[in-house]
Amino acid sequence: MAKTLILGATSAIAIETAKILSDRGDALFLVARSPEKLESVRCDLEVRGGKIAGTLSSDLNDFSTHPGLMKKALEALQGLDLVLIAHGTLGDQKACEQDFVLAEKEIRTNFLSCVSLLTLISNKMEQEKSGTIAVISSVAGDRGRQSNYIYGSAKGALNLFLQGLRNRMYSSGVMVLTIKPGFVDTPMTAALKKNFLFAKPDQIGRGIVKAIDRKKDVVYLPCFWWGIMAIIKAIPEKIFKRLKL
Amino acid sequence: MQNHTPHVESWGRTVIVPQRVIPLFWQPKKLPELDEQETLLPYGEGRSYGDSCLNEGGVLLQTRGMNRFIYFDESQGILRCEAGVRLDEILEVTIPRGWFIPVSPGTQFVTLGGAIANDIHGKNHHVAGTFGRYVRAMEVLRSDGKRWLCSPQENSDLFGATIGGLGLTGLVLWAEIQMKRVSGPWIDQETVRFSHVDDFFKISEDSEKDYEYSVSWIDTLAQGKHLGRGHFMRGNHSPQKLDYSSKPKKITIPCNAPNWLLNTFTVRSFNFLYYHRQLATQKRNTVHYRPFFYPLDAVLAWNKLYGKRGFFQYQLVVPFKNDREPIKEILRLVAKSGMASFLAVLKTFGNIPSPGWMSFPREGVTLALDFPNQGSKTRKLFEELDRIVRTSQGALYPAKDATMLAEDFQKFYPRWQEFQKWVDPKFSSSFWRRVAEGQGSNG
Repeated sequence: MAKTLILGATSAIAIETAKILSDRGDALFLVARSPEKLESVRCDLEVRGGKIAGTLSSDLNDFSTHPGLMKKALEALQGLDLVLIAHGTLGDQKACEQDFVLAEKEIRTNFLSCVSLLTLISNKMEQEKSGTIAVISSVAGDRGRQSNYIYGSAKGALNLFLQGLRNRMYSSGVMVLTIKPGFVDTPMTAALKKNFLFAKPDQIGRGIVKAIDRKKDVVYLPCFWWGIMAIIKAIPEKIFKRLKL
Repeated sequence: MQNHTPHVESWGRTVIVPQRVIPLFWQPKKLPELDEQETLLPYGEGRSYGDSCLNEGGVLLQTRGMNRFIYFDESQGILRCEAGVRLDEILEVTIPRGWFIPVSPGTQFVTLGGAIANDIHGKNHHVAGTFGRYVRAMEVLRSDGKRWLCSPQENSDLFGATIGGLGLTGLVLWAEIQMKRVSGPWIDQETVRFSHVDDFFKISEDSEKDYEYSVSWIDTLAQGKHLGRGHFMRGNHSPQKLDYSSKPKKITIPCNAPNWLLNTFTVRSFNFLYYHRQLATQKRNTVHYRPFFYPLDAVLAWNKLYGKRGFFQYQLVVPFKNDREPIKEILRLVAKSGMASFLAVLKTFGNIPSPGWMSFPREGVTLALDFPNQGSKTRKLFEELDRIVRTSQGALYPAKDATMLAEDFQKFYPRWQEFQKWVDPKFSSSFWRRVAEGQGSNG
């Protein structure tokens, strides 16, 4: 029956996670950019029997809106037990290499907006001495690769930030979960060619809820990505820099 | 999104064609831009068996991502949802609140859009008619960018063309359906063993009044005095409120079985054992709706049991004749051919008309057969069956079909030209080009 705030609530993984959470009685406050998509997700969850405390359409890249957003969410939920940060973009790496404006936008969306939101959220939870923060990062943040290093570096920075935050929050009893999905078949990856490594968003949703319940620190989803990334991280840089990854 | 994906198949897996797949995640404002020669076809779960859900050289609009509920009036049982929602997802939401889908096909793994496009039927056709009768309204997006709200009252032509319209009249974005009141997930079922097809007709007639659902499994290899023997299954929604919380276990067929797995010998053995599994002539019990309506759904990807060669479905309907001669002739032909049909289903259709112009069900008796793809041998049998269906003024079901002749289709579906006027100029399918535009065949 947690009071749950979901940021990026119309992302495919967030939707699947929200279905499970609302099914077991969580009250949800949903934030997403597109008002139409947000409304469609709200209706869907409500027909399924979910309790939606409120919704807010907001561009999370406008950091000045974050304090107002938090205020609205806290009022609607009357408290805060769980936050899922699920917004993000997978930009065009090649375009980002050529144009810093694009690269900066990727870093803002995937890293800085989270720092801004988590500053507000973590201070609130630290005060309350309870709560769970779950953030969707990516396996792409584990090692820089030429095909994806703008997105990867934003997620890598996010991983480090969460690591530090977890360390800080430990004494207050606030859980911080870093979620590292591999390839997931979602609108974000619509342009990628699908292979056997792709997971379905509902599978990732179940994994997220399980990791929250088990109070995990870091989770790879599906779990085999832990093994893949362990190998990728173990390759010496001397060799790695020559690979076309 | 430009890559051709050859891996999207229909359920029978006999038709493998290149096509470009565009997944939809939200109701689109307009349809995607196409190359000059390309056409579009909505694709749900690919549970049609032949080429009616495929579009060689064109685009498939994958609708599964449009899978959100929009509205549910629990007191009236009115449900509105996007076209990519699957029937099992609907049931999961509505059964705990006392509502069931008005018409259930043989699998719950079809989308709402697919159910409309094929105007599906179920075990209750004799009392309920087809799925299309329960569509209260829907919205169709056409390639000119116009969204059409249609219902039996509003834009009723497009409504009639879209029900059973094989996805050709535009993209159904959402639909509103009238659900059916039930007290729970249970079915009171009765199974009656019969030793000849004549008995099937007798039991069928006796059951029509008192049973909402009825269907028969038959042993197609039995001949002579056992011709068309089988089990008649009939049932009604049960008022019982038994506890049922656990999810059913499912098996998945992970890869292609060897082609020889389903052969005449194995099917004959299966049929013999299955027929004699019930020793008493009649058996009564209460079962969950899943095994009653969707026995095959317990085995995911069961189509791979047929091996790499794939398989054909052949579903026909022939009008009632006093001597039931056409159906008997068909059963004799099938038995004589020695070609084993593993899943043969016999059922009577009632005379309740559908709003769909191109709807398959019509008064008579319907038989669904499936055969491993043995190339020309199978097609030869189909030619003989076609002849009987043709001369007895019957029809074949496009959702199951991969071989129907264009001239037969045009006779079976007399409103096809009227329908053609409503086919979206940018929409087409491999099936449609085969039966209406006389282009190519799959063999």
